[in-house]
Amino acid sequence: MTADRGAGPAQAGPAQAGWVQEALRVHDEQEHGRRGSPQPAPGTVREDLVLERIDRARRSRPRIREERITMAHGAGGKATQTLIEAMFLDGFSNPLLQPLEDAARLEVSGARLALTTDSYVVSPLFFPGGNIGDLAVNGTVNDLSTSGASPLYLSAGFILEEGFEVRDLGKIVASMREAADAAGVQVVTGDTKVVERGKADGCYINTAGVGLISHDLDLGVASARPGDAIIVSGPIGDHGITIMLARGELDIEADVTSDTAPLNGLVAGLLAATPGVRALRDATRGGVATILNEIARSAGVGVLVRENDIPVRTEVRGASELLGIDPMYVACEGRLVAVTAPEAAGPALDALRAHPLGGAAAIIGQVTADPPGIVQLKTAFGGTRIVDLLVGDPLPRIC
Amino acid sequence: MRFVDEFRDADTAHALSAKITALCEPGRQYKLMEVCGGHTHTIYKHGLEDYLPEQITLVHGPGCPVCVIPMGRVDDAMALAAEPDVIMTSFGDMMRVPGSNGSFFDAKARGTDIRMVYSPLDSLKIARKNPDKRVVFMAIGFETTAPSTAMTVLRAAAEGLANFSIFCNHVTIVPAIKAILDSPDLRLDGFLGPGHVSTVIGCRPYEFIARDYGKPVVVAGFEPLDILQSIYMLMLQLSEGRSEVENQYSRVVPWNGNTVALRAIGETMELRPYFEWRGLGFISHSALGVREQYAAFDAERLFAVPGVRVADPKACQCGEVLKGVLKPWECKVFGTACTPETPIGTCMVSPEGACAAYYNYGRLTRQRVKEASQT
Repeated sequence: MTADRGAGPAQAGPAQAGWVQEALRVHDEQEHGRRGSPQPAPGTVREDLVLERIDRARRSRPRIREERITMAHGAGGKATQTLIEAMFLDGFSNPLLQPLEDAARLEVSGARLALTTDSYVVSPLFFPGGNIGDLAVNGTVNDLSTSGASPLYLSAGFILEEGFEVRDLGKIVASMREAADAAGVQVVTGDTKVVERGKADGCYINTAGVGLISHDLDLGVASARPGDAIIVSGPIGDHGITIMLARGELDIEADVTSDTAPLNGLVAGLLAATPGVRALRDATRGGVATILNEIARSAGVGVLVRENDIPVRTEVRGASELLGIDPMYVACEGRLVAVTAPEAAGPALDALRAHPLGGAAAIIGQVTADPPGIVQLKTAFGGTRIVDLLVGDPLPRIC
Repeated sequence: MRFVDEFRDADTAHALSAKITALCEPGRQYKLMEVCGGHTHTIYKHGLEDYLPEQITLVHGPGCPVCVIPMGRVDDAMALAAEPDVIMTSFGDMMRVPGSNGSFFDAKARGTDIRMVYSPLDSLKIARKNPDKRVVFMAIGFETTAPSTAMTVLRAAAEGLANFSIFCNHVTIVPAIKAILDSPDLRLDGFLGPGHVSTVIGCRPYEFIARDYGKPVVVAGFEPLDILQSIYMLMLQLSEGRSEVENQYSRVVPWNGNTVALRAIGETMELRPYFEWRGLGFISHSALGVREQYAAFDAERLFAVPGVRVADPKACQCGEVLKGVLKPWECKVFGTACTPETPIGTCMVSPEGACAAYYNYGRLTRQRVKEASQT
């Protein structure tokens, strides 16, 4: 058994992939474009210089390299962020869209309103703890709530596939009605489209909502400051793990249910308890890790969280261990992440815990000054690592 | 959580860390290679290097199944997937590996029927459900995953399933370790042996490393304390001047391996004369192909596989990273042109790849980590 490296026919192949060349060209431009900046002497390229180079590359303008949309563009990670910034933010560019918060905040004739929209394509349509209907209502209620608004009115658009059972649609609509009643909102307008069999997966729903902002707080992740506390309102990852298991492809059974729930009551209690809330986010697609990265990036701060303090149900942790995924990236549908001023952390935690949906709320970490843009995790094992934006879907490891 | 938390206990880690530090000879630098990508992942995910003295450097080895797949094999698989009536099935890790014309994900977006599966048995299910289609399983991995592929072929044969085949890319770890030991540009002091591979092949195949090359080997488990204890065992051997094969992962790894699994591999597969490894070039007798009597399940015999050879992009230094000659951040394109979302090299793709693990988890100098933990 000898290694005869290079003995095989390893001649140069056909023209290298276009996108590889393109990536390398951009790389070279960035490298050569830094004329005037001090070049390290040969042989002294140290790790921190490399890290600086990476920081610059990460700050450069997002560009969509793919020729077609892939599943990664919808997974809530880096590709989604690039698509939103390079395509939609660029295309629709206006100051109200710019903050990319869960809902836009508008002023209409003196009233402060929040407006949001969200589409639901969950599979399976029915899962432990809910279905696409209550999910669609709660999701929009939560996007309004975490923007600091009291949700008022919702719209509902249905895209139905030819052959979809009317009985199932009836169940979905009944759940939407119940969820709306629970959140104190009304579905006041809607739309229906039917497409041929095979063109949609049963039923897709879009909801939009408006809410009223009746306080003077200017909530937003960009206002996070070093020293601020980071709080989650309960155990994370329940919804995502429930959906993965409900698909039945993994042959894992665990007693988990979706956490889908309206957060407006929880948020109202929180905002009434303290004026020190700086930002609220609904930890949906991409999970808590994605929110923490948005905080670090938007505010130009560091975030340090402690694994031991992050509430995760044993069942969720067990399933995540088996699947090789990190609960930090798994979607929730009834949990929020709050950033509060240091002195507000105690009252905020008390207010959250006083609400049935916030009983297991916990302070999971702090905002730090350094290193800006980076989320760090103090692991339960006692080490430190980065928690970056996820690339694509959480893919189970193979060995 | 039982069976997890006891292997991640910080107090035990501190105690082990002190014992490891005490074994370091003053002024001596130690380079230990963790062969398996699963170890690399654990090391970064738990921040294990924070427990090691600066005299010890962990070098990340070639044991990441996705990382060693050359671009040409990806192109071959895409050509297979584009054949009429073919459904290509693959593990998730493989989906983002770049070929010369994009990845499986890109091909999927262009309309090729490529599906992600969690087990080769899922591919069998797809084959049964789609009798008018030809279902191909992209088989990758070391001896760890080869038995499940072998069992699937045996199952398909028993069922007489005519529309299922595998595109076999299974590789074997020992020739790769030997290639690294023979590499002139690398000096290693010892090896953390691959735990999962060893559940199948046992510990004896590593004896030549201790005997002929005088390097200690400790077969290690995948929890952070497993790895820390294995490093301690390696350091103890080095301090006592021993070079032996030891088994830290004895709760899972039998010394002689798993004979049932080995028999299934032997029944269905045989060593190829040579196989191309990403960055390491052609290594003789380093991969498995389907045996003649199971030809009906061998995609390479059933389809006209183009046998594409694609040179790795020049700027990509995956080979040096796989051999442990370069740290991920020393590669010219690391983190700028080559990132997890736009990987050029395979090491940036899988969560077990050294570059992806370093980029996602470790992108902080030790100095910065120290500063951060004081705040």
